[in-house]
Amino acid sequence: MTSIGTGYDLSNSVFSPDGRNFQVEYAMKAVENGGTAIGIRCKDGVVLALEKLVTSKLLKPGANKRISTVDRNMGVVSAGLTPDGRHFVSRARDEAAQWRSLYKAPIPTAALANRMGSYVQAYTLYSSVRPFGVTAIIGGWDSEVEVPVDGQVGAGPAVGAGGKKEGEKHGGPYLYMIEPSGLYWGYYGAATGKGRQAAKSELEKLDLAAGNLTLEEGVKEAARIIYVAHEDSKDKEFELEMTWVSSLSGPTKGRHEEVPQKLREEAERLAKKSLEGDDDEDDKPEGEKMEE
Amino acid sequence: MNHLPQAWGRPRDDIYGAYNHAHLAPSHPTTHTQSPIVTGTSVIALKFRGGVVIAADNLASYGSLALHRREAAEKFNDKAVLGFGGDVSDMQYLDRYLNALAIRENYSSGSGAGEKASSTSTDASEEERAESLDNEGAGTGMAANNLHKYLQKLLYRRRSDFNPLWNHILIAGLSSPPPNAPDASPQPFLKSVDLLGTAFGAPSLATGFGAHLAQPILRRVVPDEEAVKKIDEATAVEAIRECMKVLWYRDARSLDRYSLAVVTKEGVRLSEDERVEGQSWEFAEGIRGYGTQVV
Repeated sequence: MTSIGTGYDLSNSVFSPDGRNFQVEYAMKAVENGGTAIGIRCKDGVVLALEKLVTSKLLKPGANKRISTVDRNMGVVSAGLTPDGRHFVSRARDEAAQWRSLYKAPIPTAALANRMGSYVQAYTLYSSVRPFGVTAIIGGWDSEVEVPVDGQVGAGPAVGAGGKKEGEKHGGPYLYMIEPSGLYWGYYGAATGKGRQAAKSELEKLDLAAGNLTLEEGVKEAARIIYVAHEDSKDKEFELEMTWVSSLSGPTKGRHEEVPQKLREEAERLAKKSLEGDDDEDDKPEGEKMEE
Repeated sequence: MNHLPQAWGRPRDDIYGAYNHAHLAPSHPTTHTQSPIVTGTSVIALKFRGGVVIAADNLASYGSLALHRREAAEKFNDKAVLGFGGDVSDMQYLDRYLNALAIRENYSSGSGAGEKASSTSTDASEEERAESLDNEGAGTGMAANNLHKYLQKLLYRRRSDFNPLWNHILIAGLSSPPPNAPDASPQPFLKSVDLLGTAFGAPSLATGFGAHLAQPILRRVVPDEEAVKKIDEATAVEAIRECMKVLWYRDARSLDRYSLAVVTKEGVRLSEDERVEGQSWEFAEGIRGYGTQVV
């Protein structure tokens, strides 16, 4: 950061004369030091991936999962302060449960992102709290077909629940990213954490807006991107954590789950291979490397 | 201030007079559910070698009025099915409660992919899958015996609050292996719990009118645990179907449509639109003493 706070960074909820909230900007700094987290919205599901930096050799490999499930159909991954991320997930789960108890149906991904956005934003308003030190990525899938109301007895109306427009698409995979300021957007591909720049430029090459990438390709790309993003801090060891959620007809049947070990290992193998390929053929133009 | 803590913070009696408690006293004592409103009746279940079969008819009655159809058998996860007799709104409450429980359980058991052996067949229709999304507690560690113990505590707590959940529930499924033999194969499990929290198990169980009409027939098929090991799934299902027919013949609050679920180690097969088949009402000819007969 070029300017320092000069007194305007001591309290949350205080603007600097040029209209900045320094506490929020410092929180973003905390995020920039965290392991890279990405999310890819594919045509039939969402993949979340995390570069989990191994802080100690005494930690059990594969334990201490950092990508969490919210309700059944959503996942949250965050970069930054891990405890803040855990609190974020805890709140998201409460929101999802509260939505269910009120509406007797799972919370739509967009609604959860909205509520969590408001929650995170509230932590930028008061001097008694500090902003969240995480940027969180929420990946979820909302049912395209009519889902029975929780605890439904009998069939309900033949036309199904109301509030749906004829001929319009409802449900599908969704991806949102929430920043420490409370800002959130829906994304095709989202990246945060230390390697976000590299990850973002890789995500842009995938042309996700076209909606052609399948979930399995997405898993392989996610693994590759995490490996690419890790290049800059190669000396540190890391574990790749990946989860996915597919539509009802897909491999996870609408649930947010860990990517099966077999597929993850295959994706990691391909990721490593493509990186080695990069080293050998450094002079090749960028586009050709993407083909494999 | 005086030395009597119960008077602290209250208007002083010597100035304002004693507080008249009648102002806030309710005109009648607090009451909770005194009787069920919309009810389901019989649920019947039978153990066999390697599993349990459970059935419940699809009728919801409002007194003697056949109000609407319902699902009385609820799949909890791949290891347990619940059959609800009694109040339908309390059943809905429990359904939602257990759904929330299954979601929370799923959090603590991790994302748990890979190890889950899903029983949902791939050729299931989109709608069926939507159903399973709703209620299947995949990744849930709770087996039928855990669920039964949980419900027993819940229902007993509610009756102790004088606010019972007006249900008689059968829990059918597979039990988790005992802690001293974690590799033992899961055993068929069938127990019941009622609105007082009374819990017991038997090779065959029935709620409502089924306890009078179906239970004796089922006991003839499987008199004790020893007999459970001797009968197979087909025999058990046949016995249950026969009982559903008897219930349709003799119980006025019943329906010829019913749900039937079979739990084995392969998972749960739940069919919600079974019909009573091969009916014969000839026996009705011989019944005398009511109705339109004049002789």
